[in-house]
Amino acid sequence: MDASTPVIERPLEPRRAAIIVGASTGLGAALARKLSSVGYDLALFSRDLPRLEQLAAELRAGSDRKVFVHAHDVHDVETVPGLLQEALRQLGRLDLFIYNAGIMYQQDADRFQAEEELETLQVNLLGAVAWTTPVAERFVRAGQGHLVGIGSISGERGRRAVPGYSASKAGLHTYLEAMRNRLSRHGVTVTTLKPGQIQTAMLEKAEAIRGPISTERAAHLAWEAIRRKRQVAFIPARWGLVSFVIRHIPSFLFRRLNL
Amino acid sequence: MTAPLPASRLERLESWGGASSAVGYVYRPSNLDGLRGAMAAARQHGVSLGLRGAGYSYGDAPLNAERMLLDLSRMTRVLAWNPTEGVITVEPGVTIEQMWRYVLGDGWWPPVVPGTMFPTIGGCLGMNVHGKNNWSQGTLGDNTVEFEALLPTGELISCSPSHNSELFHAMIGGLGLLGCFTRITLRMQPLHSGDLSVRSLTEPNIHALVDRMEALKDESEYLVGWVDGTARGSNLGRGQIHTADYLEPGADPVPNRTLHWTHQDLPDTFFGVVPKSVLWRFMRPFMNNLGVPFVNRGRYWSARLQGDHTFRQSLAAFNFLLDYVPNWKRAYRPEGLVQFQCLLPAAESADGIRDLLVMSQQAGLPTYLAVLKRHRPDRFLLSHSLDGYSMAMDYRVRPGSRSRLAALFEEMEDLVLARSGRFYFAKDSALRTSTARAFLGEQALASFRQLKQRCDPDGLLETNLARRVFPEWCASVAPGPDSQLGPLVVPSRVEGAGGG
Repeated sequence: MDASTPVIERPLEPRRAAIIVGASTGLGAALARKLSSVGYDLALFSRDLPRLEQLAAELRAGSDRKVFVHAHDVHDVETVPGLLQEALRQLGRLDLFIYNAGIMYQQDADRFQAEEELETLQVNLLGAVAWTTPVAERFVRAGQGHLVGIGSISGERGRRAVPGYSASKAGLHTYLEAMRNRLSRHGVTVTTLKPGQIQTAMLEKAEAIRGPISTERAAHLAWEAIRRKRQVAFIPARWGLVSFVIRHIPSFLFRRLNL
Repeated sequence: MTAPLPASRLERLESWGGASSAVGYVYRPSNLDGLRGAMAAARQHGVSLGLRGAGYSYGDAPLNAERMLLDLSRMTRVLAWNPTEGVITVEPGVTIEQMWRYVLGDGWWPPVVPGTMFPTIGGCLGMNVHGKNNWSQGTLGDNTVEFEALLPTGELISCSPSHNSELFHAMIGGLGLLGCFTRITLRMQPLHSGDLSVRSLTEPNIHALVDRMEALKDESEYLVGWVDGTARGSNLGRGQIHTADYLEPGADPVPNRTLHWTHQDLPDTFFGVVPKSVLWRFMRPFMNNLGVPFVNRGRYWSARLQGDHTFRQSLAAFNFLLDYVPNWKRAYRPEGLVQFQCLLPAAESADGIRDLLVMSQQAGLPTYLAVLKRHRPDRFLLSHSLDGYSMAMDYRVRPGSRSRLAALFEEMEDLVLARSGRFYFAKDSALRTSTARAFLGEQALASFRQLKQRCDPDGLLETNLARRVFPEWCASVAPGPDSQLGPLVVPSRVEGAGGG
């Protein structure tokens, strides 16, 4: 059977399935590799279909796991419910959903570009809302599921260099927290992952680089947090301490700092 | 892309054994218009549709993951009943229970019933179920006078053994892949009492058990064997036989009382005090490789000590043994149970069953419940039956035991095939495509496929079981030059055309 044939479920050979939105590069691609290696069938979404196809070919080569790919721009929020159902028909089930799509413009405290800020909010926050809402409804009706969003330590405080990015991630944190409070009573887990700096294309936009980790390492830590059904996890964990300190810096001091 | 299905329809449905489940979009029509509407909706959304009765198939037959499921359990009208002839016409969602309660007072009983009364007639016919009298009465299909079915083409077709005979023999036992029964007419069995004369005896090993059943079959109406799947060595396959016969006129002094449903109702307490609804909780600690041999030994020896004896039992109590302990399947929680049911030719039965029992024991996965029944061949296209015995074996699923069970089932499948055996889809969770091809034969499969193309040219009807065992009949997974991924081709056909 060719690569696009849906998964055929066999009761004595149960499978697991995950969807990753924003999977062609960086952390998303690394997560796809990680999940594939631990036995998940995958449906991957990205604007960059050729790159996704390449990744899928690589993942299919190493295992009997199924990998489906879909071209999707998270701006197209109205197509989300249909795409979700199509992917689910291919996978036959859904255990894990990861919204990983995210962008960041150049960190620069002297930049005032409304389009860039709106674009950031659109991709990082509104796209996440468009996807996680129908996924959450489905998980509630199924009585199980695991929803994961990729936040950021930048969402812990409003950072002067990236107001839109900070706001988008802070918004996502709160949205996921609300989802967690709504879904946990239905047997659904919601995990907010808060990475520090990871060696991806996004890092080039950063003002200062502070001990980044590789995407593979980040994906490994993310999987550990998911496996343990953590509610909130910093990647790597040391950022939890940093975040704790940062959150408690009083404003009169914080606004004078270069953070 | 077609419009998404409404999320409000999403439900998680389990296989009856509880070892697998799937999320699907469930529609519950209550009449023919609703049925047509649901088929139209499936077309409109470009997804396949699975037919489901009460969901009492053990495996993945009543599931259609991430697609539409048509639950027919709301089509519950009895459309006609002739108490003189004993002929009843029902909608597909009528259950066995509803039916026997309906006809009993007039002195009739369904001639073929499965071990539980909760499945629907539509579901039973789709699986062509049998009872403990299969070798003499045939399957439910053998007692079907005629039926009417809605095909995915929109045609409403009526079939009987003489009219549309080919489709009659394909749709019965057709796993709900050709069309949906809308009215079913069945012949009932006349009674002179609501009780049966039941005889119980034991045999010390599988060969003696099969030989004895073979001898008893000609003098009994019903015949069933229980096998201790955990006994080893010279006790291998020891068990208990029950036979039952209808009472002759006059044998029952109070037929009016025994033919009343209150006489048939199973008591809901044990010893008058312990509610049966909690019993599964007490069974649970024994559902392991230590507890089951203990319980089985007790059961065997108590029957052995009572010796060969005869007693009277109500029809419901004898036939619906699986309903005796409500929700007993919960004792297998959380992973559920799967069943392996195969049929072996009479001459091969004792040796074949012996090998199956040994195989299970050697794999460390002894069967916790094993039931033996006598069968006869029938003319249905996807028939599971043959001239011989069926062996139904329950296995507990544990976290981590699924792959071992899968390997054991593969091994057992091969053994059954080597002995020219067959398999029963109502119980199946594991059958491989190659096994199904081998026992059904290329000719039967080709005929079924032709009928599928005629009745359901766009491949609207599918289930998890169909995709697993017969992928070539399923548009969504069938490889081929014209098969495309995802949505079905939505035809320009006018819905309902050709109906009536």
